Amino acid sequence: MMTQRDQAGPLRNFRFLLWLTAAVLLLSTLPAEAATAATAAASTTAWWVWPLSLFVVCFFLGMIAVPAGVGGGVLFVPIVGSFFPFHLDFVRGAGLLVAMASALAAGPSLLKNGMANLRLAMPLALAASISSIGGAKLGLALPANIVQIALGVTILGIAALMLSAKKSEFPHVAQPDPLSQKLGIHGMFRDVISGKDIPWHVHRTPMGLVLFLIIGFLGGLFGVGAGWANVPGLNLLMGVPLKVAAGTSSMILAMASSSATWYYLDNGAILPIIAVPSVIGMMMGARIGAHLLTILKASVIRNMVIAILLFAGVRTLLKGMGWWI
Amino acid sequence: MEPNRQSASEQLTYAAVLHWSTIAGFIALIVTFVAYMLGWLPSYVPLDKLPHLWGLSTAEYLKATGTPTGWSWLFMMNKGDMASQLGIAILSGCSIACIAAIIPAYAKAKNTTYIVICVLEIAVLVLSASGVFGH
Repeated sequence: MMTQRDQAGPLRNFRFLLWLTAAVLLLSTLPAEAATAATAAASTTAWWVWPLSLFVVCFFLGMIAVPAGVGGGVLFVPIVGSFFPFHLDFVRGAGLLVAMASALAAGPSLLKNGMANLRLAMPLALAASISSIGGAKLGLALPANIVQIALGVTILGIAALMLSAKKSEFPHVAQPDPLSQKLGIHGMFRDVISGKDIPWHVHRTPMGLVLFLIIGFLGGLFGVGAGWANVPGLNLLMGVPLKVAAGTSSMILAMASSSATWYYLDNGAILPIIAVPSVIGMMMGARIGAHLLTILKASVIRNMVIAILLFAGVRTLLKGMGWWI
Repeated sequence: MEPNRQSASEQLTYAAVLHWSTIAGFIALIVTFVAYMLGWLPSYVPLDKLPHLWGLSTAEYLKATGTPTGWSWLFMMNKGDMASQLGIAILSGCSIACIAAIIPAYAKAKNTTYIVICVLEIAVLVLSASGVFGH
């Protein structure tokens, strides 16, 4: 059996690795920033450097996104949009694909083990799918600096939400609302820790539908996915147990991102050279991130993600205002 | 509360279709992208020109390169950058296939509400894919 001292070594190494990840993410912005400042710099760098850099950055983003409980899109869009020489239109298109691909890959196992619930996901996904097209349409129509400013404000808001939001493992639902009863939204999942089957049902379904209309719109507008908002919405507003909320969030994200991704694809706003290395890097990093959860405290990774979001949010905001090009 | 058996069965159907369609999407994504990057398929927009173009807005990029929009890429699969959109389209279409696959289960259970929700969700996704929402 390992002693506490024995365990401290690997733990220190992983903490070091995590902070190294943050440093790499921030340092990776320096050459890209130089390239953004002058088109000439971008044109003198070999084309293959950019997809390779994207792959590396997304690999590290994927590593921290999963344990922090946020989708990859919310980290991808502000960081790549601020520090790489790509136009925000293409970054948002790639961000949607990153968010959708991660959610699709996680879907089968979440559905099989009852951590995602289709009857809960379907009505909310329908609302989010409709509004995400509106968001995508508006996002491609607005000037880039306006979208950038709004994105910066939203990212800072997400960081604030992550700092302040409470979570409830098993929220108390005194009485399911009539709409959820009519839709048959309830379920049961096995909690591995306690070994118990836990029944659940939901309340405030109409408010949930309105909230998911807003979330879908923001997801389509900024290409950030919406795991950061789905989980608190399902958990705190509708009373869904935390694990089911996280799993169902993926299903909603997959469907809502699909409708916006189709819109971006149809309008030529997805460049494979940006989108594909990002998706592959993020998914490979996410596999390592899932293992990190078993070794590190989620709060350590979460704090690091909040720090990165704050930095990326400020950078995005200032870039949109033309104060930090 | 009893576990909902019909719900479990539709979830398993959805999960199975999602599993295989996602695998198909990722394979298409990686194979076409490798062919694009290694030059096995020529690019519609030359790779070395991209650093001058990817900083443009979508509208400017399309104008500068003459890249067609909508489903035109499907008829230009001999170009690496166009072929790479196949995997993206398959992944984007996974949800349509999955939702379509569970409609028979709802029909069998005469669950009209969820049949309507499924049909509406498919309609939204298909309309978005069709380009009806405009450019």
